Amino acid sequence: MRRRTLILSSVGLLSALGFMLAVGAWRSGDLPWQQEAALVSGIRAADLGSMSWQLTSHDNERVSPQDWVGEASLVFFGFTWCPDVCPMTLLNISEWLDKLGPEADRLAVHLVTVDPERDSPEVLADYLSNFDPRITGLTGTPDEVARAVEAFDVTVRRVPRKDGDYTMDHTAGVFLFRPDGRLSSIIDLHEDPQFAVPKIRQALEREG
Amino acid sequence: MLKSLLAGMGLAVMLPAVALADCAEVSQGQLLISAAWSRATIGTARPAVFYVTIRNNGSTDDRLTGIETPVAGMPMLHETVMTDGVASMPHASDISIPAGQTVSLAPGGYHGMLMDLEEELKDGESFPVTLKFENAGPVSVETAVLPLRAREAACGDAP
Repeated sequence: MRRRTLILSSVGLLSALGFMLAVGAWRSGDLPWQQEAALVSGIRAADLGSMSWQLTSHDNERVSPQDWVGEASLVFFGFTWCPDVCPMTLLNISEWLDKLGPEADRLAVHLVTVDPERDSPEVLADYLSNFDPRITGLTGTPDEVARAVEAFDVTVRRVPRKDGDYTMDHTAGVFLFRPDGRLSSIIDLHEDPQFAVPKIRQALEREG
Repeated sequence: MLKSLLAGMGLAVMLPAVALADCAEVSQGQLLISAAWSRATIGTARPAVFYVTIRNNGSTDDRLTGIETPVAGMPMLHETVMTDGVASMPHASDISIPAGQTVSLAPGGYHGMLMDLEEELKDGESFPVTLKFENAGPVSVETAVLPLRAREAACGDAP
């Protein structure tokens, strides 16, 4: 009898503690879905239709955000001098496209360089020929790229190296836009394909 | 019966050795170095990358303090770090190799960055990299150059 009371009160105590922790997490916004929502709504221009920038594709075609409205699109930032993160992101995206199968044909995939000084259309074309052919590279003058960087509200920092060369720090997330041009979600660099692929499907399916 | 058992055991030992033929494994002191690989480069202007797996089988910690290679004028240890969604690549002055543990220089984390390349790294070739350890001293390992789209060493991680 005493033992049962002890167990019951322990259970009660634990549930109360759990409840308090849950309320605390909710109020502090630490829960994963709250962070996700804050991340998406925190982006100033989360709508391609209202952005204004122009870039040049690796096939030397001029591109503006309005061209992307009408089909779902995936956009990420990087540069071809980046030895670790960028090949990894390109390979992740290739893997997601493979997993999507024929659905991937309805998705436009773009890499915007954060390093227009070195990444000309020709350099992008040469580099991207080593990866999935569905990935289009975009570049422009430094001012044009700066406008796009600002529109997507991504962080880009030029970091000088000791030998006079430089590298770039940049936002590594992958943006997903729905066919109506609105931001659907962001895929983190280290996100498992089992979560990334459903996010892409969601962007493909949701209309208006 | 005993003979075929022995033959079977021999085969079981042989198979991994064959699978690892392209992946040099070097041991020095308590350390086992394996799965050293890099990606092919386009020309020599871009930095190349260096990945490797280090197993510390001993009971004392060690430290990787630097790398050297004839293919690059400025090889350095770096770490990819994510801060508020922004990827940066700070220089790592050294990498701790704790006793009894395996540390991998792998995509998205610690890696060697081979700057000022002396030659283009071509798929299928290999080049030596000398790892400098605080306790074990310098260890040279042959590094396989894989295609630009390789994700991992062709031999997998060290056992």
